Amino acid sequence: MNPSPMPVSAVGANALRTITLEVFRFRPEQDPLPSWQTYQVPCREEWVVLDALNYIKDHLDGSLSYRWSCHMAVCGSCGMMINGKPILSCKAFVRDFPDHIRVEPLGNLTVIRDLVVKQERLLANLSAVKSWLIPKTPAAADEPYRQTPVQLDQYRHLSMCINCLLCYAACPQVALNEGYLGPAALALAHRYNLDSRDGGTFERMQATASADGIWECSFVGECSEVCPKHVDPAGAIQQMKLASSLDWFARRLGLGERS
Amino acid sequence: MQTFHADVIIVGAGGAGLSAGIAVAEQDPSLRVALVSKVYPMRSHTVAAEGGAAAVIRAPDTLEDHFRDTVSGGDWLCDQDAVDLFVAEAPKALTRLEHWGCPWSRAEDGRVQVRSFGGMKNERTWFAADKSGFHILHTLFQTSQRFPSIQRFDEVYALDLLVAEGAVGGLTGLSMQTGEAMVLLAPSVIIATGGAGRVFPFTTNGAIKTGDGMAMAYRAGVALKDIEFMQYHPTGLPGTGILITEGARGEGGILVNKDGYRYLQDYNLGPPDPWPRRKAMEMGPRDRLSQAFWHEQKKGRTIKTSAGDDVVHLDIRKLGEKFIDERLPMVRELSRAYVGVDPVVAPIPVRPVVHYTMGGIDTNIDTATDLAGLYAAGECACVSINGANRLGSNSLTEILVFGTRAGLQAADRARSQVDRPATNWDAQIQASFGKVSGLMARTAGNESIVGLRGQLHGLMEGAAGIYREDAPLRAACAEIAGLRRRYRELAISDHSKVFNTQLFQALELGAMLEIGEAMVHSALARRESRGAHQRLDFPQRDDVQFLHHSIARSGGQDAPSIEHKPVNISRWPPGERVYGGAAK
Ligand SMILES: Cc1cc2nc3c(=O)[nH]c(=O)nc-3n(C[C@H](O)[C@H](O)[C@H](O)COP(=O)(O)OP(=O)(O)OC[C@H]3O[C@@H](n4cnc5c(N)ncnc54)[C@H](O)[C@@H]3O)c2cc1C
Ligand code: SF4
Ligand code: FES
Repeated sequence: MNPSPMPVSAVGANALRTITLEVFRFRPEQDPLPSWQTYQVPCREEWVVLDALNYIKDHLDGSLSYRWSCHMAVCGSCGMMINGKPILSCKAFVRDFPDHIRVEPLGNLTVIRDLVVKQERLLANLSAVKSWLIPKTPAAADEPYRQTPVQLDQYRHLSMCINCLLCYAACPQVALNEGYLGPAALALAHRYNLDSRDGGTFERMQATASADGIWECSFVGECSEVCPKHVDPAGAIQQMKLASSLDWFARRLGLGERS
Repeated sequence: MQTFHADVIIVGAGGAGLSAGIAVAEQDPSLRVALVSKVYPMRSHTVAAEGGAAAVIRAPDTLEDHFRDTVSGGDWLCDQDAVDLFVAEAPKALTRLEHWGCPWSRAEDGRVQVRSFGGMKNERTWFAADKSGFHILHTLFQTSQRFPSIQRFDEVYALDLLVAEGAVGGLTGLSMQTGEAMVLLAPSVIIATGGAGRVFPFTTNGAIKTGDGMAMAYRAGVALKDIEFMQYHPTGLPGTGILITEGARGEGGILVNKDGYRYLQDYNLGPPDPWPRRKAMEMGPRDRLSQAFWHEQKKGRTIKTSAGDDVVHLDIRKLGEKFIDERLPMVRELSRAYVGVDPVVAPIPVRPVVHYTMGGIDTNIDTATDLAGLYAAGECACVSINGANRLGSNSLTEILVFGTRAGLQAADRARSQVDRPATNWDAQIQASFGKVSGLMARTAGNESIVGLRGQLHGLMEGAAGIYREDAPLRAACAEIAGLRRRYRELAISDHSKVFNTQLFQALELGAMLEIGEAMVHSALARRESRGAHQRLDFPQRDDVQFLHHSIARSGGQDAPSIEHKPVNISRWPPGERVYGGAAK
């Protein structure tokens, strides 16, 4: 009587391809060292790597741990290293990979267990850079600010960050300096700096222009390469460096702050 | 075990929970807020909302129009006093978000732009391209960082409420990262845990939307109201259930069957032209559109995909590449990635998909439940502004309006409860953690999470889908009771403490079984068709017998009882829902 049931995770009859998934395992309570575990997974044509992991969890090994929720590349939970590259596993189509896929936790971050890494570094840094609107002028009670589409376009791409930490996994400076604020946090700081409603650039500079801020970036550009939302954190950091040096000169010349 | 004291505990850090937290902090920075969430706030499913949020912003739109669209859209099951409050608060809530930096899409003159949405008479949906929920959630999260009084408990799973003498006193939880037991105590608790779409197999809802908070309140004796009303969204991608926003139709997309025919004109939604046109054809309400699909499928006029799914086509090609990239970039991105179709050159295959939980924790207009100190807001709650069928773009606004309201109410109560006598919670705490350690200790058992979940899914889709009927519902009631018994024998293979996702899946399954049971019992008792609840055996709306809220109360290990509660019809008596040519 109802539409035919359509199991989301069950394997249908059509087009199965068996993939070997080699998965990083680490359970701190029992494993002295990490190891690799291999699973054979029959995959449907339209599956992403996350579907294959869910298949393992449901049918082969219930102890495998990883994060996911939206399955549509927007919640930022499911980043992993897949064949060595940071990627969202819900956007990594099995059809784009060879028959042997290696899955590891995101690089440069502490592993809690299996594919689950500590994310507190990003959370702390988002606060450190004051990634919120610091109004330039007080808002009128019931009236939105005006902002033209052109003004919106200034920062729009930077506001697309889903906090997935792929850029942290890709960035060599994140690995070298534990205090480095990192690409996403700096990009979000810049997002507010560029917002026509914001007047907080100088306040944010306490963090962004500090020793752990923009000057740590060596412009390798890997962050922008791996970003699933085209945020281009590397570009943002370059712009901030430029703006910051101009500020410095402006102040030396006694011209006051630009913001 | 760790114990924390707070003034207000909020369970859930989606749009509703964050709004509540900010409201408390703004109201009184001396109040300690504990914000508990099983995922980092920005992973909450509010992030997935695309289309936008409704609020009257300028003429010719009026609050009265918004009120009428909502009440008729909800097939008169909405509480009209709550809807009145909602439409009046809506513009303030969205403006507040603008002041906090939300990148709403703009007109050339810099004013906020609005688009039309299904069942809405005027253009009133504020949007941030087609990533509205994402921007709302991130704006709220980022703003919440400003307030030192908000202490986050990220990746903490809430288990059970602590209740004494008719009032809530806190809750138990588990740290997901360490497995450590946690007790949080406060005179005010707000539940903001979102919907329960995962009770069904094919849904737009993320993995985390398992109805935990509803089940938590339900177990503590609070009723679930109108929980039989589950919304199907007419346009989900086959296979994954990923949503294609109603915005696609609002901008001029059409739905066609296998003959390329705009079939909605056969279901009292036509005539097809002129198009686009509000409250007609593809811009009719979701319940009607999903039901029309069901009939087309019966008539053999749907299209079979290579994977064997029945679909219809959503065609937005007429809009052109430039417009699509500007207004509907996510539709293009999702469609290309997940069904391999570029909507600029080909129609998108779509089918109805379980989307929104209209019912939920029974609250009054002030978000208070009948358990003192316990509040609920957002999709987990039923206040009720959605009635029998939510209008698209009302719920993002709802989470802001009622999330804020819950925060203010909870703050008031916390301030009035400073000299509370200490309660000994030991027995309840032990009982709560005892369930978890029982599950962890059980090594042998024939029941698996996948097995029980799969059977629940089959029953829900079979008996409580787009159309319902007495016999299958009765059978589902009996069978879910059986699943609940078998759940007590569930054993899990992972016995570690650190990030044991299998344990949390098992706990979520427990919640889903309770909610699923309440849904089928409520659906069985409602012997009429209204909004999203359509009975083949009772095809008409029956205001004489059923113009009331269903109230499901937990029977513990036994079946729930279903009672009634009057609907607030303060100023607009029930009428006909009219869409298509006859709509005004
Ligand atoms: C794909 C999609 C598109 C949508 N588009 C629109 C739209 O365009 N317009 C519109 O108005 N509405 C839309 N909706 C509906 C709307 O997005 C939701 O109703 C709304 O976002 C719900 O917000 P919430 O705060 O109530 O819950 P959520 O955002 O789901 O948050 C729930 C929170 O509760 C927490 N939680 C749950 N259980 C526990 C537990 N046991 N312990 C601790 N924490 C817990 C979670 O971690 C999370 O933080 C859409 C929904 C979907 C699925
Ligand atoms: S900048 Fe890109 S890669 Fe980095 S967290 Fe944001 S979305 Fe992810
Ligand atoms: S599951 Fe949400 S981004 Fe992949």
